[in-house]
Amino acid sequence: MSETPNGGELAYSDSQLRAILRSVRTIAMVGISPRWNRPSFFAMKYLQTKGYRVVPVNPGAAGQAILGETCYAALREVPGGIDMVDVFRDAEAAGAVVDEAIALRHDKGIQVVWMQLGIRNDAAAARATAAGLTVIMDRCPKIEYGRLHAELSWGGFNSRIISSRRRRAQIL
Amino acid sequence: MTKPDNPNKTRFGFETRMIHAGAAPEPVTGARQTPIYQNTSYVFHDADHAASLFNLQSFGFIYSRLANPTVAVLEERLASLENGRGATCCASGHAAQILTFFAFMEPGDEFVASNKLYGGSLTQFGKTFKKFDWHAHLVDTDDLAAVRAAITPKCKALFVESLANPGGVVSDLEPLAEIAHQAGLVFIVDNTLATPYLCQPFDWGADLIVHSTTKFLSGNGTSMGGAVIDSGTFDWGQNDKFGGLTAPEPAYHGLTFYETFGDLAFTTLSHMVGLRDLGATMAPMNAFQTLLGIETLSLRMERHCANAQDVAEFLAGHELVAWVSYAGLESDPYHGRAQKYLGGRAGSVFTFGVNGVTGGYEMGMRVVESCELFSHLANVGDARSLILHPASTIHRQLTDEQRDTAGAGPDVVRLSIGLETLDDLLADLDQALHRAAAEGDKAAE
Ligand SMILES: Cc1ncc(COP(=O)(O)O)c(C=O)c1O
Repeated sequence: MSETPNGGELAYSDSQLRAILRSVRTIAMVGISPRWNRPSFFAMKYLQTKGYRVVPVNPGAAGQAILGETCYAALREVPGGIDMVDVFRDAEAAGAVVDEAIALRHDKGIQVVWMQLGIRNDAAAARATAAGLTVIMDRCPKIEYGRLHAELSWGGFNSRIISSRRRRAQIL
Repeated sequence: MTKPDNPNKTRFGFETRMIHAGAAPEPVTGARQTPIYQNTSYVFHDADHAASLFNLQSFGFIYSRLANPTVAVLEERLASLENGRGATCCASGHAAQILTFFAFMEPGDEFVASNKLYGGSLTQFGKTFKKFDWHAHLVDTDDLAAVRAAITPKCKALFVESLANPGGVVSDLEPLAEIAHQAGLVFIVDNTLATPYLCQPFDWGADLIVHSTTKFLSGNGTSMGGAVIDSGTFDWGQNDKFGGLTAPEPAYHGLTFYETFGDLAFTTLSHMVGLRDLGATMAPMNAFQTLLGIETLSLRMERHCANAQDVAEFLAGHELVAWVSYAGLESDPYHGRAQKYLGGRAGSVFTFGVNGVTGGYEMGMRVVESCELFSHLANVGDARSLILHPASTIHRQLTDEQRDTAGAGPDVVRLSIGLETLDDLLADLDQALHRAAAEGDKAAE
């Protein structure tokens, strides 16, 4: 399912992913579908239940409400700040979205650009990193959140996390 | 060449994962050992939470036919030990096989399987699967040309045992994976007799691994169970064979599993469609017993294999034994593959044949009945040593020809070597062989 990787294996440490998911509050989801049975809709709904504000961005659905949030045509039209841009577009289209995020980074306070599972654009990532943004590629924030909070394990998945520490119980 | 960079691997060693994978302390109480969640159902926060669980939009528990927290610990542990993406546990090894094929087989579909499988699998594939209009082509998978020739356009999978029960056959996983993948088939390996301690099928190109956890994983003969582990690396969308994962699923309002869940698709489908509708769920108590067993898997397998090696060498040199089929013996045709695929250890289940004046069938049965320490029963992978005459028991349902190709001809005796004191095992087999021979001589007079 993933695009042909341009570089080597992508490796992100659990502590890096945890720090990102802990620090961001507002996520602009670019390329979200308003259809409830699409993967992007699943991710938005999940992240909302975890306390994130998710702002949908999709020119085709601009003006519609998706899961209680108004959808905007482009990142620059989103009112207020954005901590993270989550890109649900293919690798080629992701380049332009990343450039828009770079251009808006000071206005909007954007810290992180996250390209979805299966999406990798090394050139765009290099531009964003050079502009001081943190970049994650080929990962899903829903899956990573679930993995790091032991929820993915409920489905029988290999979280790769081994720990003898007692987590703080979270009642969600 | 093995697959590089399996992203499911961790920096932790096998023994650490045997004990810890999936089993962090329970956060509410701090309970260190995995609790047995002996309950059927789970309270929803509200209607929206319930809806998002039923729509597969959130992770969580609904009803224990689909998923249970104790079973989930075992699933993650098995996924970790096999370096896979996810696992689905179920009621038995046979249930795991149905669950696996159910994910992608339609009526009229076919697959290729080894003709040297556990007899119960040959019967399941050859008889019961036909009722679903699923068709197995059973071939000698040592003959790679025969495997290639058996693949028809309707074939979707290739199925072998890494170390076959009971014949001691070690499958040549690497070229078999290549043949399967060239034809766009999913390569399924039953790793029951090798266990992930001896063999790592995903390193050799397997896409799915099935287990009867009833055997070495639980290890004490207490608990039935099965599992299918997904590598997460098979491209279900590469051709139109795997509509079960790539076509819209009407029960989930047209959701497409592979597109929505990516490398989580197979395991999600196995729970939320497979277990939901086949209903062959693993009991939480069995998952707990199996987790306890796995905590000592490496220690037990070392001893199982060491005892088996010594018993096999003893029998190979015994005057009343005609032949021994154990890949740990240097003369065995599978010795080389045991070095490559099993780290040089050949497991603890193997067969031998008895010399005798009367027919092998009677001699085989007599040896079995003459044991005092080996238990005469239909299981393998127990702490206790076990003995069986397959032709008169577990392979009874097969034709003579099927029995011979599966390595279970009339004279064959199967052993599953346990963890007892080696000398006691040797003494028991020695007295049983002599007693059987004496009875055979008497019968011949
Ligand atoms: C190699 C192998 N596969 C599958 C099975 C079936 O497992 P179960 O008896 O748990 O259904 C067995 C059981 O003997 C086996 O030995």
